[in-house]
Amino acid sequence: MTQVEVVFWIFAVVAVGSALLCITRRSPVASALWLVSTMFAISAMFLLLDAQFIAAIQVLVYAGAIMVLFLFVIMLLNLGGSGPSDRLGWIAGPVMFAVAGLLMAQLWVLGRLTPPEALMRTSESVADLAETQGIVGMIGEPLFRVYVVPFEITSVLLLAAIVGAVVLAKRRL
Amino acid sequence: MLLGPALTVSVILFSLGVAGVLFRRNAIVIFMCIELMLNAVNLTFIALAQQLGPEGQVIVFFVMAVAAAEAAVGLAIMIGIYRHKNSLNVKEINLLRG
Repeated sequence: MTQVEVVFWIFAVVAVGSALLCITRRSPVASALWLVSTMFAISAMFLLLDAQFIAAIQVLVYAGAIMVLFLFVIMLLNLGGSGPSDRLGWIAGPVMFAVAGLLMAQLWVLGRLTPPEALMRTSESVADLAETQGIVGMIGEPLFRVYVVPFEITSVLLLAAIVGAVVLAKRRL
Repeated sequence: MLLGPALTVSVILFSLGVAGVLFRRNAIVIFMCIELMLNAVNLTFIALAQQLGPEGQVIVFFVMAVAAAEAAVGLAIMIGIYRHKNSLNVKEINLLRG
């Protein structure tokens, strides 16, 4: 196992452990903080997978903006304590076994996966591309050439989300 | 060669997100589990982008924009629901049930 793989598995364990704590803590604030920990670990994994720019964006947008929004709403609605309302239903036990079984089946398939030849790009890897075009240029070039229409649609989507959030959350306009 | 480990971690995180959506009754926690699932999918995109070129990273960019919009609108909806029901328990949010 190379050094990169060892570091990757350390962060993988942190991410999975934090995610597990996130879905089991009774208090929503604790859940949100464990989710922040998961996001940071995922960001570190992005870094190891040659996606430095996306890793920075992950910390800024997810761990920063979105989770602060979540915590803000939790505290605004005063949901901090763990009330009796967040119980597991009667269906939880069988569903837990079903999900665990599904997970194990998927892992079993993935464990004996040998990536097909089509997934092995040998000519120019992302790391080489980052050398020639730069880390941000490598993403920006396709973003503003091939994907320019989806990019513009995203701006409309964000505008619609801003207007929608204001209209929904306001008591009366 | 981190493709196999990254896909494995992605599967585990996505399944944990699904489990959270199924187990929890608090709407905000369910929402956080959806974010967890989006992150797991992003990890898949990044892992495959390492092999197949940077287009996967562009897609992750779009996923993050959509997730931010979704979080803003969804949390606004939750504030509206809380104002009516005084609770975010999904058991009690059954306005559309026939």
